[in-house]
This record gives sequence, structure tokens and C-alpha cells, in this order.
Amino acid sequence: MPKSPPTSRLELLQGTLDLIVLQTLRWGPLHGYAISQMIRAASQHALRVDAGSLYPALHRLERQRAIRAAWQTSDRNQRVRIYRLTAKGRRQLAAERSRWDRLTEAIAGILTHPIERDA
Amino acid sequence: MSAWWRFRRPGRDAQLVEELRSHLEMDAADRVARGEAPRQAAVNARRDFGNLGLVQELTRDMWAGIWLDRLWQDTRIGLRTLWRTPTFTVVAVLCLAVGVGANAAVFSWLEGILLRPYPGVAPQNRMVAIAGTVKGTPGYTSLSWPDFQDLARSSTGFSAFVADKITGATITGRDRADRAVGEIVSANYFSALGIRLARGRGFLPGEDAGNGTHPVVVISYAMWRDRFALDPRIVGTTIDFNGIPHVIVGVASREFAGTFVGYAMQFWVPASMQTAFTGDYELENRGAPWIEGYAVLAPGVSRASAQASLMVAAARLAQTFPGVERGHSVRVLPLWETPFNAARELAPMLRVAVVVVLFVLLVACANVANLLLVRSFARRHEMTVRLAVGAGRARLLRQLVTEALILGAIATLLGLAIAYGCRHALSWFFAPRSGASITLNSNFDWRVLALSTSLGLASTLLFALVPALRASDIDVTSALKAASLSLSGGRRSSRLRAAMVMIQVAMSFVLLVGGGLLFVSLNHMRHIDPGFDPDRTYTTYVNLLAARYDSVQARTYADRLVASVSALAGARAVALSTSRPLDPGAPYASGPIAVDGYQSAPDETPTAYATSVSPHYFAALGIPIVRGRDFRRTDSDTSQPVSIVSATMAATFWPGVDPIGRRLRAGARWTQVVGVVRDVRFASLIEPPAPLFYLPLRQNFSPGFSVFIKSSRPLGEVGPAVGRAIRSLDPGLAAYNVLPMRDVMQRSTSPQRIAVTLIGICGALAVLLAAVGLYGVMSYIVSQSTRELGLRMALGAAPGGVLRLVVGRGMIVTMAGIAAGAAAALGTTRLLGDLLYGVSPRDPVTFLAALAVMLATTMVACLVPGVHAARTDLVKALRV
Repeated sequence: MPKSPPTSRLELLQGTLDLIVLQTLRWGPLHGYAISQMIRAASQHALRVDAGSLYPALHRLERQRAIRAAWQTSDRNQRVRIYRLTAKGRRQLAAERSRWDRLTEAIAGILTHPIERDA
Repeated sequence: MSAWWRFRRPGRDAQLVEELRSHLEMDAADRVARGEAPRQAAVNARRDFGNLGLVQELTRDMWAGIWLDRLWQDTRIGLRTLWRTPTFTVVAVLCLAVGVGANAAVFSWLEGILLRPYPGVAPQNRMVAIAGTVKGTPGYTSLSWPDFQDLARSSTGFSAFVADKITGATITGRDRADRAVGEIVSANYFSALGIRLARGRGFLPGEDAGNGTHPVVVISYAMWRDRFALDPRIVGTTIDFNGIPHVIVGVASREFAGTFVGYAMQFWVPASMQTAFTGDYELENRGAPWIEGYAVLAPGVSRASAQASLMVAAARLAQTFPGVERGHSVRVLPLWETPFNAARELAPMLRVAVVVVLFVLLVACANVANLLLVRSFARRHEMTVRLAVGAGRARLLRQLVTEALILGAIATLLGLAIAYGCRHALSWFFAPRSGASITLNSNFDWRVLALSTSLGLASTLLFALVPALRASDIDVTSALKAASLSLSGGRRSSRLRAAMVMIQVAMSFVLLVGGGLLFVSLNHMRHIDPGFDPDRTYTTYVNLLAARYDSVQARTYADRLVASVSALAGARAVALSTSRPLDPGAPYASGPIAVDGYQSAPDETPTAYATSVSPHYFAALGIPIVRGRDFRRTDSDTSQPVSIVSATMAATFWPGVDPIGRRLRAGARWTQVVGVVRDVRFASLIEPPAPLFYLPLRQNFSPGFSVFIKSSRPLGEVGPAVGRAIRSLDPGLAAYNVLPMRDVMQRSTSPQRIAVTLIGICGALAVLLAAVGLYGVMSYIVSQSTRELGLRMALGAAPGGVLRLVVGRGMIVTMAGIAAGAAAALGTTRLLGDLLYGVSPRDPVTFLAALAVMLATTMVACLVPGVHAARTDLVKALRV
């Protein structure tokens, strides 16, 4: 399978792609290309999502009914498939977000006070 | 659901393509906006995106119902690929079909003969056979009616005891006489076994009591159809069985053919009609064993606990009736060990068959695996290209597995068809002229179908997976670069193929050894001296019960028959007997005896086999009289009862003493021993003869007897003449076939003959498959090493050397296979057990012979590609 060449970009943490996609869609309906651009911009070019990961994730979330897709004509007069969050998607986002917060807090804790916390 | 995904699929696909294309276009447009040249922008966008096909594939994987979609697609591709390589497909399907078919056939025989032999019987899983044992005597005996009734009453753990006795009868009425085979049964037979009736009723409680009191009969569906043309008013009509009018009260369901393996039963009569079929009234005689019983275990009761309860009941019987019951006990046997029918004879053969057909399947699968391996190399390029354009590796694997499954499914279907065609194959081994034709049915129920199908698919999958894994394990870059095969891949695969060939050689070797051992056994059996001279002796059967003679008329008939047959041209000796050596259909009676001066052990009942014979019996069968005299016409009802004993009987009961003039009690009568004759093998050709004595037929008359004719004329002449003689004395008697005694003898070795034929065919098939496999591997190696061989020859190797090299490589594989096979054979030939006679399961001569056959065959398989290699065209080879 072709692997992208190693770069200085960050690898996405496993399981975070859904969270990122849902979070990106919170600002409004977007098509796949816009989502990938938004992620790149929001992370100051540190994160880049492969099309080979993004589109499967979108279609998976669509199947889970977390997002809904519809065809629209873009401002460049092009037919694009845009995704929007559903109510279920918002709940999922909240849940994943709180899990992420707890995770980062825990990891941060370990990294800052590895021994003192035990004592 | 399926309609929905079929309908939606093209739309979904097109949408995905459009979505991804819009992504690429927007990316390219952005790049142009940032100042890239339009063409460069498109290429860059494309490169950034990754493998378009793969992205599509990964995204589709997320869709609901996609697996059905994929399966459909894989199946279509698979069918198309197989269609495009017809030779491969046909060979592979045939190999597998033979393997699966052989297994399905044997499973169906196992099911139909041993496990569920009685279609139409509801509680078959809980049905067991009940047989008597006598201390000091091997094997099983029948039970007497009173014993059977007492056991049924006093033992627990059974829901029913069903008495059963196979019998023959002459049916008359509607102007034709036919012989029919049926069963004398207890009144609960139909109800306890849950047999449904197509018409009428089964027997009522109490219809099995009394003597001749309930002349009722249930006929089989086949008889209703063939003899009565499905007459809807059949119930209530009367039909004569052995001259006695019986009222037809019912017709059994179409599937039910009785509870006897070997013959399809045509009628059932209650035990109260027993005298019409077997002569003397025996329902009140505890000393007359004739019931071949079954019982139905109560739900949840194991055979062992039923056995324990029955033993207690039997011990109580032995205490109550020490005279007839001392040393007797009763065994509960699973149906496949039923001692009274063909199941017992065929069980060892079927056990061997299961192993043999599994071996054949293994050999066939190894061959198909080899074919698939070769193919996977031929398809390497296809696979590489598919990987490169974005087919996932898992998808590729799935495609190959689907192909193998299609192959397996076709082969399994064909195999099942083959097996279904062979469902009567076992009956073919029993010559139809040996009396009534034998029916040995296979049973194609869902168990057989499920087992065969899963075996077929599982084995295909297992053997297809190796080449499939090998095929999908491709390094795309190097494979695309090098147009030819990578050397390491080729070598690994040829090792795998060599391993497959090794398996084949090993399996074939085991089959060769097994077949060889059985062949040697059969040959030994052919040369066993049965103690009588089977050549130029013919035999037939006469049943006088049907003629309703009284005892005086019957004796007169017997005398006149002997006289008229003796008068035929070429007849040298003519005799009658109540039994026939080596014929399970005319068994020897066994019973307690008393011998003057013989001290029996405390719980031993001296027992011996007995038969009644007419004068000249020993001459007709060529049995030498060792001492004393033959029976005479004057040994009659009114004279001193006499007997003649066999040599073994004399040695057992009168060791070191001349038995002539001594007294022997058989039944209630004391007889005087007047002669000693040579031993004959009467119960089994391979077992040493048990003690046997003869009584004069005139003093122990039976209305059914075998006729023996020693004649200098051939069967074609004797047969019709004897038949005419029998009928001319009474036209109402249905004629039985006249057979050479040699045929009767041969029948007794049919399990061995079936086993030899089966293993012979399977062994030959396996050796052939192994040779083809070896040939394939060697050809492949030669074709792969053309360059190496060319170099060797260029450097001065003689063609002979090259030939030696190739054949040597093949022989290494062969020898390794033979070594493994020999080890396996040493461990498995014990399975042949009772089928072997006069040969050790590890007979070195047989092993050596198998070795020679294997070596010769494989040598040929290697020589052909070897010679091909030696003729390698130097210039061509090196230019490659």
C-alpha cells in the first residue's frame, strides 16, 4: 500500500479524526475539500488529513447519521457534496470532546508531575 | 434489501467519483490561484490526493450493505476467470468432485446402514439391539419369546421392547405365487417405533398372543404398489401367506422398509402367526431362541445404565430357570453393532472406507492446491496491476477465496451428484442370483449433505488459501519493474508444491499398502479349505410350509424330491439339510447339550451347533467321514435316535476317547453317536469351526430345508432341471434359485471384496493424482531452470547428467513422501482389523510391493520432464 513520505507534520492520533471532522463542521456545512483545508489552516499546517482517511471517515459518520450530506452548487459554480452536523452528531461531538479533554488532562498531569502525584 | 443495494449501487458509485473529482478540481483551482501552471497544478493535486482508486475503495468499505455488493462482484469476476481457463477449471473441479463425492457416498452409507438404518422409525436415536450371550461361546444369540417378554417386564430404563424376526413366505392369491420377505413382530411394533401407516392400522395389543389366533398382516408400500396396484380398498382384503389366509389390516408408510439391514421388508405379521412361518410353536418355549429384538431407551437413559438394569433382569431369569438359562445373559448393543443383519458384516468395511476416502480427498486437494499455485504465478501480473490501481490486499485475497469457493461449490455439487449416483453401489457387490436381492440403502439426509458440503468447501478453502496468500504477497514496485518472476518467489513456491506432492505420495502409499494387505487377505481366504468341497455342488431351498402339508406329507415330499433329483442325469449325490454352510440366511441352530461323562464347569452350559441332514449329505458336500457311519434311511422316527459329531466336537467333549457309541443329549432326546466327520467352516470362513453335530433329518424334521446336489453337469443344466423337479412334485411351491456352493461361499467374503475394490479404486486414483502432481512439479522446475540446465550443458554436462539431476530431484521428493507414508501406514493399517486374514498389518512383502509400485510410477512422472530437460536447446536456453 502506498505510504505518504515521512514529513515533519504531526501524525493524527488514533481515533481523533472523527472528533476533528465533527468539530470542523460545527461552524457550518462544508464539503470534503473545505474540511481538509480548514483542518490544515486551523492547525497552522501541522495536521494534514489524507483523502484516504478523510472520505472514509465522512462516509462512516454519514452512515452513523452523525452528519448528513447533500449536493449543492458552490460559489465557483461547481456541484459539491456538503456535509452538515445532525442533532446526533452534536451529541457525539460533545461526548468525544469531553473524552478528549479528560484524556489530555490526564496525559498532561502525567507529563508535568510524574512522581509527585504518586507520593 | 438485495433489490435495494443492486438498485442503489451505480448511483452511489457515480456520486463518490463526482465528490472526489470535485475535491481534485478545487485543489487544482486553488493551486492555480496561488500561481502554479494549470497542468502542473492538476498533477500536484493528484499526487497530494494519493491513490484515487484506493481512496474510492476505502470509502466504499464504509457503505452499508457493501459486503453483499462485493460478494456479487467477486462472484462475477470469479466465474468469468474460471470460464476463461476451462482446462484448469475442469481438472480442478473433477479432482475435488471425486474427493467430495467419495466422502459423501461413504457418509451416506454410514448413515443409511449403521447410524440411521431404518427410515420411518421415529425414535432411531434411542433404538438399541437386544442380543443374548452364552458364557463360553463367542458372539450373540437370539432370545426366546418368554425370555424377551420377561426381560421387557422386569427391566427399567426402556420405553419399549420390540420383538422381531426376519422370515420368508410364499404369497398366493390373485393367480400368482411369489416369495416375499417379512418380519414376525410383537404387537407393539408399529406403535413403539412410531411408524406411520399409509392405510389402515398397525397391530392391536394382544394380537401377538396365542397360536395362529390373529391372522392379520401389514404390507409394505412397495408390495401395495407392485402387487396390488395401490388398490384403495386394500385394507380388509385377504391374502395367503404360506397357504394361510391373512387379513390385510394396514399398509406401512412409503419410506418404511422394516428393521433389517440388507433386505427391504415386504410384510409384517404378529408373533401369534409364528407357526405359519417357522414351523413349531415357540411362544411358550423358553429353550427356543429366535427373537432378534430391539428396544427403545427411555428418554435420557444411557445405554450403559440400560445394560446394567437388563443384566439384573437376566440374572434373575437365570436363577428362576437354571435348566435353560444357566450362563445366559443379555447385551444392549448400538444399532451399528446389531448382530443379526448386514450391519455387523459391513461395519468394519465402512470404518476403513471413511479413512480411505478422506485420504483421497486430501490427495485431490493437494493436487488442486498445486494447480492453484501454478495459476497464481500465471496471474502474478494481473494481481500486481490490480494492487497498483488500488485494490486492497484484503480485497484481492477475498477475490481469490471467492474463486476457490466457487470452485469448491461446483465440485461439491458434482460430488454430491456422483455420490447420489453411487447410493446403491454397495448392493452391486452382492450378486443378484444369490437368492433374494440385497438392498443396502444409503441415506441422503441433511446430516450427510451438511457434512459433505462443509467438508468440500472447507478443504477447498484450506488448500486455496496457501496459494492465495502467496499470490497477494507481492511487492508491487519490484514486480512491476521486473517483467519476469522473481527468483525467490519461484523457489519458495516450488518448495510448497514439493510439499504438496509429498503429501500426495504419502497418502497414496498408505492406500497402496492398505489395498495390498486386503488383496493378500482375500487371496488367503480364497484358499481357505472350508472343510467341504464347494465345486460341482449346487444348492437350493424348499419351503413346504406354503404347501400346508402335514408332517407325513412333508416327509413323503422330501423323499420323493431326493429320489427325483437323484434320477437327473449327472447327479452323483443328493441330500437335504436344515442349514447351509456359510449362508447367514440358513443358520445353524445352537443350543444346550448334555454329554455322558463330560464334566462341565460350574456355570457352563455345554453348547454346540446342530443341523439336521439327510443320508448322503456328507457325500454331496464332500465331507469325509472320519470314523463310524453315515445316516441311513433306517434312522427314522421309530428307530434309536442317533447323531454324528464333528472332529472338533469329539475333541472338545470326548478328549482322548472314541465318541462312537457314546450318548449325547440334544434338546430332550438322548442320541447315540454313530460317526465322526471332518470339521467344516459353517458360520464364518475365517473363524475356526465351533463344535457341531448332525442329526438325521427324519428324526428331526423341518418343513423348510436346503437341497444339495453333487453333479457332473454345469449350473445351466442342473438349475432348470432341479427347479422342474421341485415344481413337478407340487406346482404350488415357489421356486428358489439354484446356486453353486462356491457362490454361497463367496458371499461370505463380500465385506472383504467390497473393501478391496474400494481401496483398489481409491488407491489407483490417488497414485494417479500423485503422479500427475509430481509430473507437474518436475515440469515446472525444469521450465524454471532452463537457463541453469543450459549453462550446465554449455559447461560440459552430458544430457545423461542433466536427466539424472532432474530425476534425482523428483526422487528426493518421492522418497520423503514414501517415508512419511510408510510411517503413517505402520500406524493405520491396524484399522483394517478383522478384514485382514492370514497377513500381518505390517507385512513387509506388501510394504515392499507398494514401494515398488510407487517408485515405478513416480519414476515415469519424473522421466518425462527429465528427458525434456536433457534435450534442452542450448542456444534457446541461454538466450532467454
